Amino acid sequence: MIRFDHVTKVYPRAAIGASALTNVSFFIAKGEFVFLTGPSGAGKSTILKLLYMDERPTSGEVRVSGYSSHQIKHGEVAKLRRRLGIVFQDFRLLEDRTAEQNVAFALQVIGTPAASIPGKVSRALTQVGLASKATALPKELSGGEQQRVAFARALVNDPFVLIADEPTGNLDERATRGIFQLLREINASGTAVLMATHNLELVRSSDYRTIELNHGEIVFDSADAPRIEAEVD
Amino acid sequence: MLAFRTALTAFRRAPLLSALSITTIAFSLFAFGLFGLVALNIKNALQRVEERVEVRGFITEGTPVEAIAIASDEISRYPEVLNVEVVTQTQALERARRELGEFKDVFESEVLPASLDIKLKPGSRDPATVRKVVERIRGFDFVDDVRYGEEWITQLYRLRNIAGVAGVALGLAFAAVAVIIIGATIRMAVLARSREISIMRLVGATDGFIRRPFLIEGSITGILGGILALVLTYLAMRVLGQYLHFETAFFDRRIGTLGVLFGAMMGLLGSAVSVGRHLRKV
Repeated sequence: MIRFDHVTKVYPRAAIGASALTNVSFFIAKGEFVFLTGPSGAGKSTILKLLYMDERPTSGEVRVSGYSSHQIKHGEVAKLRRRLGIVFQDFRLLEDRTAEQNVAFALQVIGTPAASIPGKVSRALTQVGLASKATALPKELSGGEQQRVAFARALVNDPFVLIADEPTGNLDERATRGIFQLLREINASGTAVLMATHNLELVRSSDYRTIELNHGEIVFDSADAPRIEAEVD
Repeated sequence: MLAFRTALTAFRRAPLLSALSITTIAFSLFAFGLFGLVALNIKNALQRVEERVEVRGFITEGTPVEAIAIASDEISRYPEVLNVEVVTQTQALERARRELGEFKDVFESEVLPASLDIKLKPGSRDPATVRKVVERIRGFDFVDDVRYGEEWITQLYRLRNIAGVAGVALGLAFAAVAVIIIGATIRMAVLARSREISIMRLVGATDGFIRRPFLIEGSITGILGGILALVLTYLAMRVLGQYLHFETAFFDRRIGTLGVLFGAMMGLLGSAVSVGRHLRKV
């Protein structure tokens, strides 16, 4: 479903020899929940950008749902993104539109028939627990609620994977727990989740797979842990 | 339809920026329009002067009327000639008295020679063609002299050419400045909505979909700017006409429509360039 095969990424303006990612390989299966951890600058966001093809690898290959970074055309990137749900730390909502308009926006811009939009929007807002605040503007919502709107927008197109880049980074502890619970529910309904986070407490509180990065390299992948432990034994 | 609605919503959401874009386009086109109006009026004035371009072949006294009639008939068949009028000595005298008014008594007898007054077709009034016709008329034995105000015609054409070249050069300069200004104002509009654009891309909108509302917005801005420029140019013409006391011509409907369409095209071009650049960057 998602495969990184010996991926190295060097940004054009980076210092000579400095790569954002070096020889990174991993596979994420359908419906999996994966944490991506590591300090700032470790390469977490680069992995996410490569995943939604905002960046292309310098070497190696990224495969997402049948699309390969080697072959994907500019016009196909939009098609791929319709199958992904993406959420950021800063929510990225349109401030002048209500919660439901923000969610509907994601459907309108991909040409969804107008008649089916209200039903889908309502379902997505209900899923994130914000049905009662559909007509509120982002500034009238708390940080946690704004992030829920962003989740509803990401989910409204039934993505096969939800990509979350530090989704709790701007939230207090209570809101963080709420968002994490939401992510569990989303995953339980069959959507894979790839969540980049600094919040180690959150990572430790669950037994989901964790990929840890440092200086652009994978330093730990819990999926390999049993194998490594077995090798040590 | 959605693209059109989005474009209209953009006007409602950022009325000040939209007004700024429309005004900028209007003033660029207004400058262009004023120059165009001056050029149009110069052209009209020159055309009126040009209509008076006439070749006059003076006839030797005593030439038989039949010979003059045959020559007149032959000359009127030249492709450059509009019509030929035979002016007898009596008619020449009458005309001189009429034209000179208070000095009419100077002419007491038929001292003025008869002539062939030849009017040329529009398009055949340039110095080279006039000279060609003059040479052929000089070929007739009974033609004494030919007058056609050579220097005057050459000057007139030189003036017209200078006006034409200056018109094209200044017009192009104004158009280029207008496109740059429009590009910059629409770039501001694009930047004001860069967040929206980045979200659109994130959720899978195609570049064409993102571009469409901006192109529509640019075109509408251009059309409104063009109409405003047309109104401003008309008012300027009226005010100038009133204070300077001369009659001026205004653009006809075809040129007016072309001007507005030109505004739309500038708006479209400005948006296309700005959005294209932005999309390549993000």
